[in-house]
Amino acid sequence: MERGLVHACAWIVKRDLLLLWRHRAEAANPVLFFFVIALIFPLSLGPEPQMLQSVGPGVIWIAALLATLLSLEAVFRSDLEDGSLEQLLLSPHPLTLLVMAKILSHWLTAGLPLLLLAPILGLQFGIAGYTLGVLLLTLILGTPALSLMGAIGVALTAGLRAAGILATLLLLPLYVPILIFATGATAAANRGLAWGPQLYMLGALLMLAITLAPLAAAAALRIRNS
Amino acid sequence: MQQLLAPKNFYLWSGRWLRPVAWATGLCTLTGLYWGLVVAPPDYQQGDSYRIMFVHVPSAWMSLFVYAVMAGAGAVALVWRIKVAEVVASASAPIGAAFTALALMTGSLWGKPMWGTWWVWDARLTSELLLLFLYLGYMALEQAIEDRRTATRAAAVLALVGAVDLPIIHYSVEWWHTLHQAPTVTRFGAPAIHGSMLAPLLVMALAFFGYYVSLLLVRARCELLERERTNPWVGEVCRGIP
Repeated sequence: MERGLVHACAWIVKRDLLLLWRHRAEAANPVLFFFVIALIFPLSLGPEPQMLQSVGPGVIWIAALLATLLSLEAVFRSDLEDGSLEQLLLSPHPLTLLVMAKILSHWLTAGLPLLLLAPILGLQFGIAGYTLGVLLLTLILGTPALSLMGAIGVALTAGLRAAGILATLLLLPLYVPILIFATGATAAANRGLAWGPQLYMLGALLMLAITLAPLAAAAALRIRNS
Repeated sequence: MQQLLAPKNFYLWSGRWLRPVAWATGLCTLTGLYWGLVVAPPDYQQGDSYRIMFVHVPSAWMSLFVYAVMAGAGAVALVWRIKVAEVVASASAPIGAAFTALALMTGSLWGKPMWGTWWVWDARLTSELLLLFLYLGYMALEQAIEDRRTATRAAAVLALVGAVDLPIIHYSVEWWHTLHQAPTVTRFGAPAIHGSMLAPLLVMALAFFGYYVSLLLVRARCELLERERTNPWVGEVCRGIP
């Protein structure tokens, strides 16, 4: 039984990664979106290096947030359309853990690329060295939390008309603490202040999201498909 | 108690209580308004402007209280599938959103003469605004799902997630504010409030509570009739056979 569960979770991750690989061009969209959003900020705010350096972490975080929201929409949509979501619901394994596997594959395909590209954007905004390291740490802790809480939003809205904008509306207020602690840590590092506390809070939020978000997302899926 | 949770019994019971509660609410409102706007002394610093507090503070209290009721009723609906709880959660959302909007608007009206600005990115203001968006998100989700019961149960999950996140949002916003700048405006309420102002405030709080209960009962009764329309008791009640 235990082995069966691990096998099922691994199968979900493998399947999602394979599906994504077969739609490579589509998979690149959120990443391009991440870049474009960050690009319009210097164009609209002005190119002064001093200012860009101070708003940079916030801009990168906003771009990461919007890119995550955009990519989240697909988490349950294709599964809902081809019926594999029903198979997940009927599976003898706990739905919470299967949802966890779905979230993991979302983070691997949407969160991880952002993490790898963030240093390039950081350099463009004049964030380097020490501050860039802290920014990456906040992204490492923060983007999984975005995926986890986002799963609740998309589980609630999967298959609805205008699901994307609805999920965004539901999720943005809930994302506020993550955004505040992440940008707070980076801003503190930028000014040479202690950034540990904010990072610990971010870690605590991630732990809370790991424990509760898959439960809530699984409950939402069951309700929507009852 | 168990009897009361049957939709029909709740409908009949709430029908009996609606009028007394509404009358008591009207009485409290008139008393509180007269006491607060005429009898209570003007503030030594703010003059008469502070009197908006008699509307502002109760609506801010109610905005949080209604969210708690909504999330609590939602949890009951999720666990025990009690129809009355579903209806209470669903009927509370627009009322709570209205209280939140009222708190924000009256705060803004008070802020202009006192702080010299309609809005500051103060911790309390910001978390109240986010609360409004939680309410609006709840309502948007409930509207988007066709089946009423599914909609309420899905929205209940959202309300519970929001209830867990709300304290975190509040404290994170408070931290965010103190990180950026110290408060530049003195906030009302630094000195302990005097009894001559506290008494009308409490009467007004009671009036707001009564207003919520009466509105909740009206909305919940309508909603219950609609949701139960295929049930025989609805026909009996509507034809006036209690």
